[in-house]
Amino acid sequence: MTPPKSDLPQGTLDLLILKVIALGPVHGYAIAQRLEQVSRGVVQVPEGSLYPALHRLENRRLLAADWKETETGREAKFYRLTRKGSKQLKSEAADWQRLIDAIALILGMADGGVR
Amino acid sequence: MNWWKRLSRRTQMEAQLEKELSFHLEQHTSELVARGITPDEAQRQARLALGGPERVKEQCRDARGTRWLEDFLHDTLYALRTFRRKPGFTIIALLILSLGIGATTVMFAVINSVLLRPLSYPAPDRLVTLRGSAESLGELWGFSHLDFSDVKAQSHTLALAAWTYSGATISEPGEPEYVNGRDISAELFSALGISPIQGRAFSPDEDRPGAPPVAVISYGLWQRDFGGQQNTVGKSLIYDGKPHTVVGVAPAGFQLDGEADVFTPLEQRQNTDPRMQNRAARFLRVLARVRPGFGLAEARTELALIARDLAEEYPTSNAGFVMAPYPLQKELVGDVGSTLWLLLCAVGLVLLIACVNIASLLLARAVSRDRELAMRVALGAGRGRLARQCLTESAILGLGGGLLGVLLAFLGVHPFVAFWPGNLPRAEEVHLDWRVLVFAVSASLVSGFLFGLAPALRVPIRGLEQTLRAGARNITGSSRRLHSAFVISEIALAVILLVSAGMLGHTLLALSSLDPGFNVHNVLAAHFALSPGARANPEQIRAAWQDVLDRARRVPGVESVALADIIPMREGENSLPYWTSARPPPPNQEPVALASCVTPDYLNVMGVPLRQGRFFNEHDRIDSSPVVVIDENLAQHAFGTKDAVGKPIWIPAMGATPALVVGVVGHVRHWGLAADDQSRVRDQMYYPFAQVPSPLLHFFSSIMSIAVRTTIPPMNVVEPLRRELRGAANDQALYEVLTMEQLVSASLARQRFLLLLFGIFAGLALLLACSGIYGVLAYLTGQRVPEIGVRMTLGAKPLDVIRMVLGESLAMIFVGVGVGTLAALAAGRILNRLVEGMRPADVSTFAITIPVLVLAALFASFIPARRASRIDPMTALRQQ
Repeated sequence: MTPPKSDLPQGTLDLLILKVIALGPVHGYAIAQRLEQVSRGVVQVPEGSLYPALHRLENRRLLAADWKETETGREAKFYRLTRKGSKQLKSEAADWQRLIDAIALILGMADGGVR
Repeated sequence: MNWWKRLSRRTQMEAQLEKELSFHLEQHTSELVARGITPDEAQRQARLALGGPERVKEQCRDARGTRWLEDFLHDTLYALRTFRRKPGFTIIALLILSLGIGATTVMFAVINSVLLRPLSYPAPDRLVTLRGSAESLGELWGFSHLDFSDVKAQSHTLALAAWTYSGATISEPGEPEYVNGRDISAELFSALGISPIQGRAFSPDEDRPGAPPVAVISYGLWQRDFGGQQNTVGKSLIYDGKPHTVVGVAPAGFQLDGEADVFTPLEQRQNTDPRMQNRAARFLRVLARVRPGFGLAEARTELALIARDLAEEYPTSNAGFVMAPYPLQKELVGDVGSTLWLLLCAVGLVLLIACVNIASLLLARAVSRDRELAMRVALGAGRGRLARQCLTESAILGLGGGLLGVLLAFLGVHPFVAFWPGNLPRAEEVHLDWRVLVFAVSASLVSGFLFGLAPALRVPIRGLEQTLRAGARNITGSSRRLHSAFVISEIALAVILLVSAGMLGHTLLALSSLDPGFNVHNVLAAHFALSPGARANPEQIRAAWQDVLDRARRVPGVESVALADIIPMREGENSLPYWTSARPPPPNQEPVALASCVTPDYLNVMGVPLRQGRFFNEHDRIDSSPVVVIDENLAQHAFGTKDAVGKPIWIPAMGATPALVVGVVGHVRHWGLAADDQSRVRDQMYYPFAQVPSPLLHFFSSIMSIAVRTTIPPMNVVEPLRRELRGAANDQALYEVLTMEQLVSASLARQRFLLLLFGIFAGLALLLACSGIYGVLAYLTGQRVPEIGVRMTLGAKPLDVIRMVLGESLAMIFVGVGVGTLAALAAGRILNRLVEGMRPADVSTFAITIPVLVLAALFASFIPARRASRIDPMTALRQQ
């Protein structure tokens, strides 16, 4: 049985995209692929919103793009992180981590009672 | 990539977007194919996963952040294309708008230059004018010379300067010519913060009695008589018969209440003007600069204290006399402010009507575009996006009109200023500057927004399907209501302007029919300067004036001649306190009368009616007992019903002995037909020129005017008179020659000017309102053609159709008239406050103006009504 797919929480798509691109220059299709693989299919990335998000991030200068050849010899648009982008990724990831910790704390409290 | 690159490389970016997405699709497809799915199915799934390439592209474009600008460019181009497709509409709309904005801009340009822009002196907000007032005298403009000297010596907060009017003949260099002059105190230029462009201002040494005569000349005179030469300073100018050394040239455009050519030191006036030593003669204008470190409030306090001390020290002249500073700018501008704001409001109303008119035209077009808009909404256009497009369209129209309007204003502002009745203060400063441009642009944008709003708001959201199916033929109730609202507001606005114009017309008629108190026909009045050579001693002066009278009487066409120091309805006055018993009333509480010094024939020349007693004759001489003639107002105030003739009257300015009232004459509207009723000084008295004391004769000889009654058209005697009176030395000149008819008519110039402009505005408003009602009705009936066809098939007669259409328009007209009447009553109150002599809005004004409007509006609606009645039912039905 395949696990149920969940929608992305609001505002996380940008973070995930940044994270994927942080691993190295990559084109749009590969980003979609990797997001799906990494999340083991739990997270459904709507491909339709991937490209507008990429363009938006490029516009905000968090990403830069170059046209390069792929292994198969085709020209594709490769995105890479700018310095501003990696800063943004760091701070957003940290924010998320704090939120996750807090939520885990609260959920744990419900299990174990007041410590 | 910055936004400009994103915008300019649009095609390149589009290609890249296309390439990126197709790469994605191909990759996905080939992967699916590798998993064993048929190519066709793979392609389908890939597309499905991406979710429609066009939609994705659109979202990517949005992400670029330059979308609004692209849209704006698109909308602009689209609007321009629409305008080109409908050139008739565009031209009419632009014409209406450019007139409205042009006229508004002209008015604003004048207001900006005259009222809003600070004076062109350094730190103009620290410049004040000082005025004195006493309860009995009202607000006076003047200071006496002695008061001025005392205040100047005592004030720590103010640097004072004073000036007064003068003028004389320049006999060298150039042709002999009478010029206006000003006597100024030495500190005047420094107080204003300016300096002569050549040479220097007067030194304190020159500004004292008995100093050698010096003069600062105007820029104009420097150019005219000295050719603008650099070595002019130090040259000699024969002015008033005496050689003056030119010490400086005033900056171009320098004015003190009007232009003057020669400036001379004030204190030198002490030789000739006895008023310089009279504390009650408040003939000086005083201006001052608030010294650094002090504020206006401190100056006000200090001035009040000084005035109180002076009142204690000199109770006879100064009791109850207070002094206060006022901003110089207000003083310079005077009362034109109210006229200007009034005109701006009127022009604004016309612009508003123009906007409503264009709005209704645009709305009619928008309604016929309903289907197009509904289609675009169905295809995914947002409501805000469509509204923005409508607004872009009207903003472009507004800006186009504004551009043309600024052009019109640029061409029209100077003719308008030249057309201004009398002297518009700061007229030479009027021009279009950036503030005016900002005003014009905002006015155009606001107009564009106003008339674009209605079409933009009715972009369809609901009932798309219906709209699409119904086509443009049907018209919803809300749109009908909106159209009627436009017509109603146009009519209401037009009523305001029409009634205002009607009130002004009524007022002007009423004022023109007032009796000025004298016979205005065939009378000429002119200032006359006696030759300086003839002013050596009092006997010589009296003889010279007698010679002038004799010579003038000999000129063919002249019936009678008189001298007078003041002429009715012309600038200049001399108000003197008087009382009727030997015991004087408290100082500054005695009644005041306008005193006029005349020769015996004055009554005949002016045609003032004699009520009682006699006027002056040759027996009233300097050595006989003093006599006066009073007008009926003074007789009424001083003596009531008792006979005034034979009563004594005390006039302190003329000495301690009372004068005998020998006659009573009719009241003359000295202050102008309109203004006389409101003036403070309504009593009048006359005293004989022959009894002017000898020491004063020299001064009086510089201010007298000659008045002539003619048997032929008065302007025809001007040249012969000029030749006859030129004098032996060829240096006696007539100047400011005017007929009494001109003076009477000039006294109503403000009212006439307002009436003319309001008349034009009201006419425009009427025209616009009528064309608006015509347009709306033509459109509304046009929409109803099929319905009318059905009615006619069912038996309606053409007359019924006409009645139906006219009934509809009458309803709109009457609501408009009702709303407009209420607004007009309010506008009437404002006019009443601002225009002197204004008659209140009465029934007759409404009774004349409103039928004009209703008839014109009905006529405008008759054309579409008749067209509707001639509809052929068959064609009409087939149209559907």
